[in-house]
Amino acid sequence: MALAAESQFHVLAVDDSLIDRKLIERLLKTSSFLVTTVDSGSKALKFLGLGEDHGSASSSSSEQLEAEVNMVITDYCMPEMTGYDLLKKMKESSALKNIPVVIMSSENVPARINRCLEDGAEEFLLKPVKLSDMNKLRPHILKGKCKEQQGKNNNNDDRSSSSGSRDIITTNASSNLNSTKRKAMDEGLSPERKRAGFSRKNGNSLTVL
Amino acid sequence: MLGMGAGRWEEDMSRLLALLFHQGVLDEHFMQLQQLQDESSPNFVSEVISIYFRESEKLLRNIRTLLLDRECTDYKKIGVYLNHLMGSSSSIGANLVRNVCVAFRAASEHCNWAGCLRSLAVLEHEYCYLKNKLHELFQVYYIQTICMHSS
Repeated sequence: MALAAESQFHVLAVDDSLIDRKLIERLLKTSSFLVTTVDSGSKALKFLGLGEDHGSASSSSSEQLEAEVNMVITDYCMPEMTGYDLLKKMKESSALKNIPVVIMSSENVPARINRCLEDGAEEFLLKPVKLSDMNKLRPHILKGKCKEQQGKNNNNDDRSSSSGSRDIITTNASSNLNSTKRKAMDEGLSPERKRAGFSRKNGNSLTVL
Repeated sequence: MLGMGAGRWEEDMSRLLALLFHQGVLDEHFMQLQQLQDESSPNFVSEVISIYFRESEKLLRNIRTLLLDRECTDYKKIGVYLNHLMGSSSSIGANLVRNVCVAFRAASEHCNWAGCLRSLAVLEHEYCYLKNKLHELFQVYYIQTICMHSS
């Protein structure tokens, strides 16, 4: 029985609306996340350590970031850089592509939702966001950690301090993933979301170093 | 005596909330605001509502200004302001204001100046009603809180 202490994950929330930033901050904190909020995609990239030209990371190691970000949750409709643009820029960056991204929108446009999911968003939440939506986030963060772990195993690297000394919740990760996907289908989102490169080679449990 | 007073205020609050729900002025997202308030964030609801009032009034003023000159009304900008108001209204559970914005947006998309003016009048009216009722709600809430603490 591999039980580990629950860690606090850090979520970066991006929204140009002050009210929505206050709300998402409260929703996330109530659900035991650490939260940073910014009001634009460019500020988000800056916080994540991407340079001004957005083409280069200040460092490939996340220990150079002031605080490790475990997930980005962003509004879709924002001036200058939309949530979709932010998603694309993150996926194009080797430093940021493994950070799970969730997109929120007040408009239920299936084409938009599918495009975001196909281009790498983990989840698409309809606004106004509910407290129960927060339960959908943790599985994506854990999945991201799993991928990170596999990447390191494959490279035969020692586990870098970018993962910190965090312990990972090992139980129920896979059942949560299945139920999340079902919920996404129930809400009319595309069931054919392709997650290139994802495989659960290590099964349900992760070894905590 | 004061304990009984608190009960009476609680009834008033429930009655007012029930009325506002029944009228479609508020929806369940307003209740979520209450749920998010706790000891670590005791003024959350009033903070958010204050921001909502401030932002909404600015948006309404801006929209009215845009409609001053029939010849050069920037309908696209009106649409942008309306989207913002729709979003924030929806977020706090101000269901009726949000729905009025949807109708207004249709008029702006058709560049219907008279329709926009009419929609703006309805929007301002519904917003005023909402603001008055929320003030009433908070007044009752604060009095109830005082009563509870005094007993």
